[in-house]
Amino acid sequence: MMNSLLNLDQLQTHIGQYHILQGIQFEAIEGEVSVLLGRNGAGKTTTLKTIMGLTPASHGKVIYDGQDITKRKPYDIANLGIGYVPEDQGIFKDLTVEENMKVAIRKETDEVYEKQAYILELFPDLKKFWKKAGGHLSGGQKQMLSMARAFVNDSKLLLIDEPSKGLAPIVVEKVMEAITEMKKKTTIILVEQNFIMASRIGDTYTLIDDGKTVHSGSMAELIGDEELKRKYLGIG
Amino acid sequence: MDLFISLFINGLATGMLIFLLAAGLTLIFGLMDVLNFAHGGLFVWGAYSGIFVYTWSGSFIVGILGAIVTGFVLGWITEKLIITPVYGNHVQQILITLGFMLVLSECIKVVFGPNSIPVDVPSYLAGSWEIGEVIVIKYRIFIIVIGLVIFGIFQYVLKKTKIGLIVRAGVMDKEMVQVLGINIKRVFLFVFMTGSAMAAFGGMLMAPYSGVIYAEMGMEYAILGFIVVVIGGMGSFSGSLMAAILVGLAGSFMAYYVPYLSLAVNMILMAIVLIFRPQGLFTNAKEG
Repeated sequence: MMNSLLNLDQLQTHIGQYHILQGIQFEAIEGEVSVLLGRNGAGKTTTLKTIMGLTPASHGKVIYDGQDITKRKPYDIANLGIGYVPEDQGIFKDLTVEENMKVAIRKETDEVYEKQAYILELFPDLKKFWKKAGGHLSGGQKQMLSMARAFVNDSKLLLIDEPSKGLAPIVVEKVMEAITEMKKKTTIILVEQNFIMASRIGDTYTLIDDGKTVHSGSMAELIGDEELKRKYLGIG
Repeated sequence: MDLFISLFINGLATGMLIFLLAAGLTLIFGLMDVLNFAHGGLFVWGAYSGIFVYTWSGSFIVGILGAIVTGFVLGWITEKLIITPVYGNHVQQILITLGFMLVLSECIKVVFGPNSIPVDVPSYLAGSWEIGEVIVIKYRIFIIVIGLVIFGIFQYVLKKTKIGLIVRAGVMDKEMVQVLGINIKRVFLFVFMTGSAMAAFGGMLMAPYSGVIYAEMGMEYAILGFIVVVIGGMGSFSGSLMAAILVGLAGSFMAYYVPYLSLAVNMILMAIVLIFRPQGLFTNAKEG
């Protein structure tokens, strides 16, 4: 039985005078990695921000776990169990890795600290640089910290925006391994330009073009569809 | 040497009083980036309400609590009514808070009367110690101790507690703090109220120190507070403490040795800092 965890119904978002999202239709199934694909400026990042309430929707609905969260505040949405890893990682640069994690932890329970220990096994660099300021970490370490912060609470859904951006291939490999591991415990929506990475991790895809959903299906279908990849992703 | 020690203690005590005012401004201006000229109004309301409660109750401690409560309440009103609509706009902040400062000062005259009010030091803090040839006034030592205690508390809260971490994180990236599940507006309201309570607390302690309170004193001290925050480095408590002591000592020594420059010395200090070190004397500000 496939349970729908998040549903975007004809989502539209304006930022200032710009009509960025013009009709996003999307569904994330529990336990899967859903990948949002599309060219630069297609509206992928805005879709994640709209889910989080950072760029509120002007039309349409965001249904999460059966609740309409379209008009909710970002902190309220986060407290429902949605973790967010922004494109710029959003690290508090003057706080240490430990302090960044402390800010992120919502309830200091044994379970959360067990999860933190599990995360530190997943990202050993964070353990190594525990007392180092976030601003002094490498790009890959910042990405790991950002993911760790979003994952440490009991998040049912993780939104991860371009985790491979600007990272060396060897670091991308580590990030991929981590996401594959995190997938065992949570549902993930991934925005990713790196199609090789997206196709290896993703179960389903949604193609966004000019702020609209133009295609969706299983990742296996997309891998075999050369025309679709050429038309919307410029691959092949 | 005796004169030097006397001037030093006097300057240190004045510096600590300025620090109490600047500590609130460090929170509001340095961390939240809100130019709140009404801060001086909260300072003077703290002085008047605290002295009113002190006179009524006969207890200086209760008077201090009265001032702090007044600061919290006025801070809430100020943030909700005056500051919320102008977050992120410095020009509007200056205009509206200057206006509100005048309103607060005029309200003092309506509630407590237009005349200045003499204030005595509480009996157990009155008098002095004679150490050799040096006369050490008890109330000044009390202020120095209180200033250091407040500094220690703020340092501890900002660096060692979760709320302190959230405040520091919120200053760096409000949006990110929100998506971690924290209502940053509520946190900043609390910070604003705490800063206002600090101003009121400073006003209450200033009253017996200066011996008289008057409605216009808020603006004078608000300017001193801003100078200290700029010299010390935005958002730095250590910086504010050091700068407040510097300003206090400079005022004390200049008033004795070069009296005609005593009023200008703070401005000169600030100008020098802005020219040679515009980020303030103490960098890495947001770490406290």
